[in-house]
Amino acid sequence: MSSLALSFELAGCVAAILLAIGTPVAYWLAYSNWRGKFLLESIVALPLVLPPTVLGFYALLAMGPRGPLGRLWMALFGHGLAFTFSGLVIASVVYSFPFAVQPLIASFEAVDRKLLDASAVLGAGKWRTFRRIILPLSLPGVVTALVLSFAHTLGEFGVVLMVGGNLAGVTRTVSIDIYDRVQSIEYRAANHLALLLLGISFAVLCLVYAVNRCVWAPAWARWTVK
Amino acid sequence: MDREVNPPVLAVDIRKQHRGQTSFVLDVSLEVSLGITILFGPSGAGKSTLLDCIAGLVRPDAGKISIGKSVLFDSTMHFDVPPQKRRIAYVFQSLALFPHLTVEKNIEYGLRDIPEEDRRACVSEILGDFRIEKLKNQKPAQISGGERQRAALARSLVTAPRVLLLDEPLTGLDAELKAAIVEDLRAWNAAKRIPILYVTHSRDEVDALGERVIAVDNGRIVGHGAPMDVLDAPRRKRLAQAAGFENLLSAVVLGLREADGVMRVRLGDSRCEIEVPLAHASPGDRGQIAIRAGDILLASERPRGLSARNILEGRIASLEQRGGMCVARVDCGVTFVAHVTPGAVRELELAPEKQVWLVLKTHSCHLVD
Repeated sequence: MSSLALSFELAGCVAAILLAIGTPVAYWLAYSNWRGKFLLESIVALPLVLPPTVLGFYALLAMGPRGPLGRLWMALFGHGLAFTFSGLVIASVVYSFPFAVQPLIASFEAVDRKLLDASAVLGAGKWRTFRRIILPLSLPGVVTALVLSFAHTLGEFGVVLMVGGNLAGVTRTVSIDIYDRVQSIEYRAANHLALLLLGISFAVLCLVYAVNRCVWAPAWARWTVK
Repeated sequence: MDREVNPPVLAVDIRKQHRGQTSFVLDVSLEVSLGITILFGPSGAGKSTLLDCIAGLVRPDAGKISIGKSVLFDSTMHFDVPPQKRRIAYVFQSLALFPHLTVEKNIEYGLRDIPEEDRRACVSEILGDFRIEKLKNQKPAQISGGERQRAALARSLVTAPRVLLLDEPLTGLDAELKAAIVEDLRAWNAAKRIPILYVTHSRDEVDALGERVIAVDNGRIVGHGAPMDVLDAPRRKRLAQAAGFENLLSAVVLGLREADGVMRVRLGDSRCEIEVPLAHASPGDRGQIAIRAGDILLASERPRGLSARNILEGRIASLEQRGGMCVARVDCGVTFVAHVTPGAVRELELAPEKQVWLVLKTHSCHLVD
């Protein structure tokens, strides 16, 4: 498998998992009144400030044959986690966590509280209110979260290098591939990949900003009116 | 329709202190029987907090809330029914229509545990009752303010609530539209008969809707009864302002004429003296006189042969068109605000600096603490 295809697979898995995990976490962070909330907020934001090598280093320790995660994985599936695709996915989920959770929190918080009150007095419980009111009104935030976590995973380097190593077809993502080519002075090949990644990243960011500028809002309104 | 022996009265007896705010405490005890009860008071009096507590959106510090025999909140039993289980409809001042749903879907929102067919029937009936069938496929942003108000009312009422709470639902509508919606609401009320608590600080809405008024100020109930009794003899200044008394003038009591049931007061530092209804006061006491701008007559010549006891000479200081009426400021030593129609302005040739006479009925002048 080419390194680019591998990167896409990794980014797709990570974005999907992050949406599933990040949504309840973001919901809780947006609506909880717990006084110790700042603790969880700090933990969620930690990957933003930590060097990827620090994160990767601890991920590697945890996933190693003597680390808790590694041993659990060994017991469940009969093989270790370090230097596997699964290991890469887990480390990337942690690394890209804030990129999924922050836009979700922001969009959940932007939903008018009066709408939630109205939903409650109309008989809707928390789950129905979330499904029918919060989620549809947070759609730009959901798209942003998906796209940003996808793009961020696509471009990661340090964590992949620490946790995944450099196994062709298994953990050699496009950013590692570029680094490899440069090391072996294959500038032309490195340039092709780098240019491709640049183009994709730009397109992805255009998408995010377009969604947030509500370029899509009129179109969305047309689709949903029956 | 099943009738209970005791009509399901909403009974509220609660205390609620705002978080981090020691000065304001909501401490009220009230009963709301069938029909429309107006909750009246200046902004910040605690009206919305009271409604939030009844709906279950805000938890009172202590007390009890019940509808008939069904208890919704009881602090001594640690009992608190969540808002989605209270079956209380609440129309917010902001209306809070769901912007991503059509009018029809908004109205359907509160109807879930009933068969599809019945639900359609309910929705189309209420769309008809509130005359918004044409709008059912529109989003809230695509319809006018009055239509949004109707849609919000319909959405709340379609759920067959046990109690209806309305928080200034008609603010910002012109008088004609307001009257039309009020008429729909009255018709609905006549058919369904549930306790309705209607918050407003508009005197027009009180007169149009009110069977009973509960006046609230600074977190407490300061009066209740028929609108006339509660609002036309204001004993509190803030309430008077809220009730639309545009003129609040400081006054000194000069003398009492108990046999005639009146007393003379002097206004401000002027030489203006008027007769007002007798109150518990003695000469030298200070107070405020509240007069509604709509209760003041303007004349271009000195009037004669009138029963009104107070006729004051003055000059028009300013004249301002506001909506369908003119607001005249008249300087008689103290400045009065009077409302006149544009027709009267033309007929009397009213203009700034013109000499006029103000006519005040004794019983339009109220002494306020």
